[in-house]
Amino acid sequence: MEILVCVKRVPDPAENEITVEGGDIGRDDLVYAVNEWDNYAVEEALQIVEREGGSVTVVTVGGAEADETLRREMAMGAEKGLLLSDPAFEGADGLGVARVLAAAVRKGAYDLVLTGAMADDGAAQVGGMLAALLDWPFASLVNRIEGTGPLRIGREIEGGAQEVSDIDLPCVLSIQTGINEPRYVGIRGIRKVASAEIPVLDAAALGADPGAPKVRRLAYFVPEAGPGAELLEGGTRDVAARLAGILKAKGGIK
Amino acid sequence: MSQVFVLVPGAADAAPELLAAALALFPGSTPTALVAGHGPALDAAAQAAAATFKEVWAFGGAALAHPNAELLRPLLAKALPAGASVVLAHDTLGMDLGPGLSVKLGAAYLPDVVGVEAAGGASLTVLRQEFGGQAHARVACDASGGVVATARSGAFRPGEGQGPGTVLDRSGDAAGLQARRRFVELVQAEAGDVDITKEDVLVSVGRGIGDKENLPLAEELAEAMGAVISCSRPIVDAKWLDKARQVGTSGQTVKPKVYLALGISGSFQHLGGIKGGPFLVAVNKNPKAPIFQVADVGVVADLLELLPELTEAVKKAK
Repeated sequence: MEILVCVKRVPDPAENEITVEGGDIGRDDLVYAVNEWDNYAVEEALQIVEREGGSVTVVTVGGAEADETLRREMAMGAEKGLLLSDPAFEGADGLGVARVLAAAVRKGAYDLVLTGAMADDGAAQVGGMLAALLDWPFASLVNRIEGTGPLRIGREIEGGAQEVSDIDLPCVLSIQTGINEPRYVGIRGIRKVASAEIPVLDAAALGADPGAPKVRRLAYFVPEAGPGAELLEGGTRDVAARLAGILKAKGGIK
Repeated sequence: MSQVFVLVPGAADAAPELLAAALALFPGSTPTALVAGHGPALDAAAQAAAATFKEVWAFGGAALAHPNAELLRPLLAKALPAGASVVLAHDTLGMDLGPGLSVKLGAAYLPDVVGVEAAGGASLTVLRQEFGGQAHARVACDASGGVVATARSGAFRPGEGQGPGTVLDRSGDAAGLQARRRFVELVQAEAGDVDITKEDVLVSVGRGIGDKENLPLAEELAEAMGAVISCSRPIVDAKWLDKARQVGTSGQTVKPKVYLALGISGSFQHLGGIKGGPFLVAVNKNPKAPIFQVADVGVVADLLELLPELTEAVKKAK
């Protein structure tokens, strides 16, 4: 099975406290990583190929800095990388990104396209838009994939229940965290793909036009904070003693 | 203004809130409710929606017994007038249906809307959250060709309804519907060895615990308190604890009296699983964690330092 996995470079939620300054987030000391959901998508693609044969290609839309994002996923075991890069892609909205990805899908011969279920902006939109542009069937929040086509898939729905369906190939699936355990990438793995060639395709090579964005983020802002929590400050032992007293008073100690 | 539609999911409890979201996004509109299903379940859903909306379009048919997004998307693309706007809940159906529906309708897509800043013109400005609630954003869109928006649960306060309304049978539009994704079954979550939904005091662990090896620190505290351990999603994804212990919209809905959140940032998916207004204590090393906005008492601290001291203090306070 030929599988394309769409990945995104995002500020690493584990390494950053997001701050807002002058309408933007503070970008000076941001540490970037691969969107967490995408690692599960790449791992799932690798497991399918290990089972059924085929190959995994990872693709992203971004600038030169996205190269390391692709290499990290190639170090997991993805055979090929593809960087879609053009000044015309900057400032694209979700639909614009989906249009660029759709052009890349049409240039290949993929049976299956995977995305993470969502990324840093929480929009959870590119996978579903990509499927609609390609006129392929789609399922979001997928937490189980079996079979060879039609695929037997599970979607995580409310309350932790799973909606099981059969879906025809080719299709687009957005992958939920927890579907697998993404493999560890060591420094040796990164070294092995350091010199791998990653084709860069621009708008002309793709025949892609993201179009004028219909949706624009005007600014980040800090909402008027409510009263918020009463913060306990002081030495650890002192704070612990006060917190224990509060817990007891509220019936939290039985 | 474009005609406004609201997809009302099977359980119609959300109808008043979805109408409120639609009226915030499209002030002065009279939205039409959309319901899909089969047999008596559809009739019940249509009648329930008609209590809140002035008009209800009901799509029936055996193919819609399990109306997944792959059925609803082509159906709505065919049945809705040009330039229509659609409001959905930001739930697992809305996330499945919305993005592709916006493409098929040629509409702008506004996902997970939590507020509206400016509406009524060709441009629509809404409020969203990014980075798991750590940053808020104003987002504008060109609404001239219609908008598909998903509304976050709990973000829009239900107001007066527009019902009682009339139900229009639009089943004709659903004729010949075939999906390339076919419903097989619904698998309920496995019950675990504990039922956290029945506990009064929960000690809940999140990503901030850092490592599975650190879990005993929280377990010892829970034992000292006479409480039960629950957790947020990343802990279950990492397979450190059973799914039955997960609090949140994709896990269990709990109603404790006291909830101690340890290293949990407080995403809306997690907070959506905490009901009944418990006394909420949050410990997090990030002072900007959204959990501090909803907690009663907070401590900005490293869990590994605080937990052993807190366990000792709890034992003394008994």
